[in-house]
Amino acid sequence: MNATVADSPLEEGRRAHLEEQFDEPAQQHSAASLGMWIFLATEMLFFGVLFTSYTVMRVLHPAGFAEASRHTDLLLGSGETAALLTSSITIVISLRALKLGQRGLATLFLLLTAALGTGFLVIHGFEYHSEWEEHLIPGVRFLQFGPHARAVELFEVLSYLLTGWHSIHLIIAVSVVLGLTYRVWRGAFGPDHFTTLELAALYWHLVDIIWMFIFPLLYLIGRAPV
Amino acid sequence: MSAIDAGIVPQPKPESAAPSFYSGDQSLRGWLFTRDHKRIAILYTLSITLFFGLGGAAAAMIRYDLIVPSGELATEVYNKAFTFHGVVMVWFFLLPSIPVTLGNFLLPIMIGARDLAFPRINLFSWYLFVGGGAFVVAALWAGGVDTGWTFYTPYSTMFSNTNVYLAIIGVFVTGFSTIFTGLNFIVTTHTMRMPGMTWMRLPLFVWGLYAVSVVMVLATPVLAMTLALVGLERVVGVGVFDPALGGDPLLFQHLFWFYSHPAVYMMILPAMGLASEVISCFTSRRVFGYKFMTYSMLAIAVIGFMVWGHHMFVSGMSVYAAMVFSLLSFLVAVPSAIKIFNWTATLRKGDIRFTAPMLYALGFVGLFLLGGLTGLILAAPALDEFLHDTYFVIAHFHYVMVGGSVMAYLGGIHFWWPKVTGRLYSERLAKFAAVLMFVGFNVTFFPQYLLGYEGMPRRYHSYLPKFQELNIISTGGAVLLAISYALPVLYLLWSLRYGKRSPPNPWDARGLEWQTSSPPPKENFLHPPVPREAYAYDEPAL
Ligand SMILES: [Cu+2]
Repeated sequence: MNATVADSPLEEGRRAHLEEQFDEPAQQHSAASLGMWIFLATEMLFFGVLFTSYTVMRVLHPAGFAEASRHTDLLLGSGETAALLTSSITIVISLRALKLGQRGLATLFLLLTAALGTGFLVIHGFEYHSEWEEHLIPGVRFLQFGPHARAVELFEVLSYLLTGWHSIHLIIAVSVVLGLTYRVWRGAFGPDHFTTLELAALYWHLVDIIWMFIFPLLYLIGRAPV
Repeated sequence: MSAIDAGIVPQPKPESAAPSFYSGDQSLRGWLFTRDHKRIAILYTLSITLFFGLGGAAAAMIRYDLIVPSGELATEVYNKAFTFHGVVMVWFFLLPSIPVTLGNFLLPIMIGARDLAFPRINLFSWYLFVGGGAFVVAALWAGGVDTGWTFYTPYSTMFSNTNVYLAIIGVFVTGFSTIFTGLNFIVTTHTMRMPGMTWMRLPLFVWGLYAVSVVMVLATPVLAMTLALVGLERVVGVGVFDPALGGDPLLFQHLFWFYSHPAVYMMILPAMGLASEVISCFTSRRVFGYKFMTYSMLAIAVIGFMVWGHHMFVSGMSVYAAMVFSLLSFLVAVPSAIKIFNWTATLRKGDIRFTAPMLYALGFVGLFLLGGLTGLILAAPALDEFLHDTYFVIAHFHYVMVGGSVMAYLGGIHFWWPKVTGRLYSERLAKFAAVLMFVGFNVTFFPQYLLGYEGMPRRYHSYLPKFQELNIISTGGAVLLAISYALPVLYLLWSLRYGKRSPPNPWDARGLEWQTSSPPPKENFLHPPVPREAYAYDEPAL
C-alpha cells in the first residue's frame, strides 16, 4: 500500500500496530474511537431505562421520594463526587503525558486515577453499610414506618439499581485502568500507539458523567424539608 | 491505496483457480476461532437454521392443537409452545437472520473491504448468540416458559412459576450479540469503504444494514435492562413494576415496546435492502429513486422509535397519547409506501427474468404490502379496540415478518448462494419452492385475518366451534409452508456436491461482490474491484 508517508519513526511505529483489515493507521484509529462512542451510546440507554423508571416513580410519589432522599448522606455523597470528578482530570493528564512520551508521568497519573476510583467505591461501601444498619435495603432488610414507607422502599430499589449498576461499571473501569497502568509502565504504549488508553479514558468519563446525573437525583432533589 | 487513483481500470480475471476462503485451515479450530467474516457468516447460518427448526416445531404444535375447537394439547403445553415459538423465532431467527448471515458475508465485500472493522468482536458476537440460545433451550429443557414472548409484568414477575429466569438470561445475552453486531456494521460502513465507494454509491442492501444497525444499537439496551429489572424483581421480590410498592406494571409495557416496535424494523429493513438488490438485478434496471430509497429507510428507522404506544391502546392510555401514537404510526406508512412504489416503478418496462430469487423478492413485496396495510388498520385506535389481541394481529405481523422478512431472506439465500458456495442449484425446484411458499403462506395466514375479524382471540388453546373451518384451512397451509421450507434445505445441500460450478457473476449483476470469484478468496478480492454508481445496469458488467 502507500508507503510514501512511512518515513518518520512515528509513522513506522503506527504501522507496526496496524491490524490486517485496515489500510491506514488513521483509519484504524477512527474505527476504534467511533466504535467506542457507539458503545457509550448504548451504555446511556442501559442507564436510560433506570432514569426513566426513576422519573416516572418520582412523579407518582413525590413526597415519599423526598423523604427517602433525606436518608442519604450528603457529606459522603459529595466526597464521592469530588473523587470521581478529579479522576477524570488525572486520566486526561496521563493520556497527554503518554502522547508526549513521558511514560513515568503517565503511569503515575493512571495509578492516581485508579486510586480515586477505588476511593469512590470504598466511600460508597460505607454508605451501603450504614443503610444496612438503618434497615434500608429493599426486599432484603427493609423496616420503615410512616405513610410513605412503601414509596421509600421504591426509592431504595431505584437507588440500588442506579448505584449498583454504576458501581459495576466503575469496578470494570478501575480494573481496566490498573491493567493499563502496568502495560504503560512496561512501555507497551507510546506516542505512536495510545488508542487503547484513549478509549479507556472515554469509558472512564462516561462512568463519571453518569454519576453526575445520579448524584443530584438521589442526594439533592427534594431534600430540603417542606 | 488502489490502482483506481492512478486511472488504471483493472479488469478482474476469471479467478476460478484462486483459493477460496474454504481452503486454508479446514480443522474445527479453524472454523470456531476464525475471524473471517465469511466463515462467521456460515457459522451463523447453521445456527439460525437450527433455531428456525426448533421454532418451527413449536409452530407445528400450535397448528396441531388448533385443529379441533377444544384443543388437542393441554393448556400449559400450548402456552409453553407459543412462548417458545415466539422467543426463538423473534430473537434467534428473525432479528439476526439477514444481518448476521448475508449481511456479515456481504457487507465488507460490497464496500470493497477485507473484513469488518472488528473481526474479533464479530466472532465474539456469534458466541454470545449461541450462548444465549443455549439458555433458551435450557429453559425449554427445564420445563418451558408460559409468559408469552412479551414477558408482561406482573405475570412474569409475580405469578408465573416457570423458568422465566433462564429465558430472560438467554434473551439478555443474545441482546449483547445484537448490539455488537450493529456496532460493528456501523463502524465498518463509516470507516472501511474503499476509495471511490461514496455513501450515495452504496448498494441499498448496505443502507438497509446501516439503518438496522442504528436501530439495533439504540433499542436493544432498553430491552436488556428492562428484562434485567424483571429478573431482579423476581429475585428480590420488590421492584419498579411491583404495584404493591406503588410501582407500575404498565411501565414495563412502555419499555418493552420501546424496544420491540423498532425490533420489527430490525427484521424488515435489511429485507427491504435485499429485495432492492434482487429486483434491480432481474429487471436489469437501476433501482427507481435510489435516494428516496435510502432516505425512506432512515426515516423508517427514526420514526419507528416514536410509535411504540400503538401496542398499548387498550392497556390504559390517555386518549391524547393514543392520538399522537396513532398519527406517528400512520406516518411510518409514508416511507414504506415510497419503497413499494419505487420497487414497482423499477419493474416497469424492465426486462424481467422470473428466476427463483426474483419470485421470492416479488412475493416479499406483495406480502409486505398486505402486512403493512393491515398495520394501518391496527394503528387506528378505534379499530384496534376491537382487533387487539385477536388473530388479526397475528396475521398482520406474520405477513410482515414471515411473508416479508423470511421470504426476502430465502430470496437472498438463493441470490447469493452461487457466490457463497460457488455452486448452482436446481432452478426449477427453487422456483417451485418459492411459489409453494407464497401459496402456503397465504393459505396459512389469510384465514387468520378472517378469524381475527370474526373475533377469535389469540393465545388460547381452544376456541368456539364456528372458527373450526378456517383453522383447519390454516393448519393445512402450514403443512404446505413446512414443505416449502424443507425443500430448499434439500436441494441446496444437494447442490453443494452435485451442483454445477458457478461463474463469478452468474446473474449478470453489478455489485462489487460479483467482481470477485465464487466463492471469494479469504481477502475478498485478489484485484481491487471498481466501484461505480450502484446498479449500473445500463453499463456493461465488469
Ligand atoms: Cu409496533
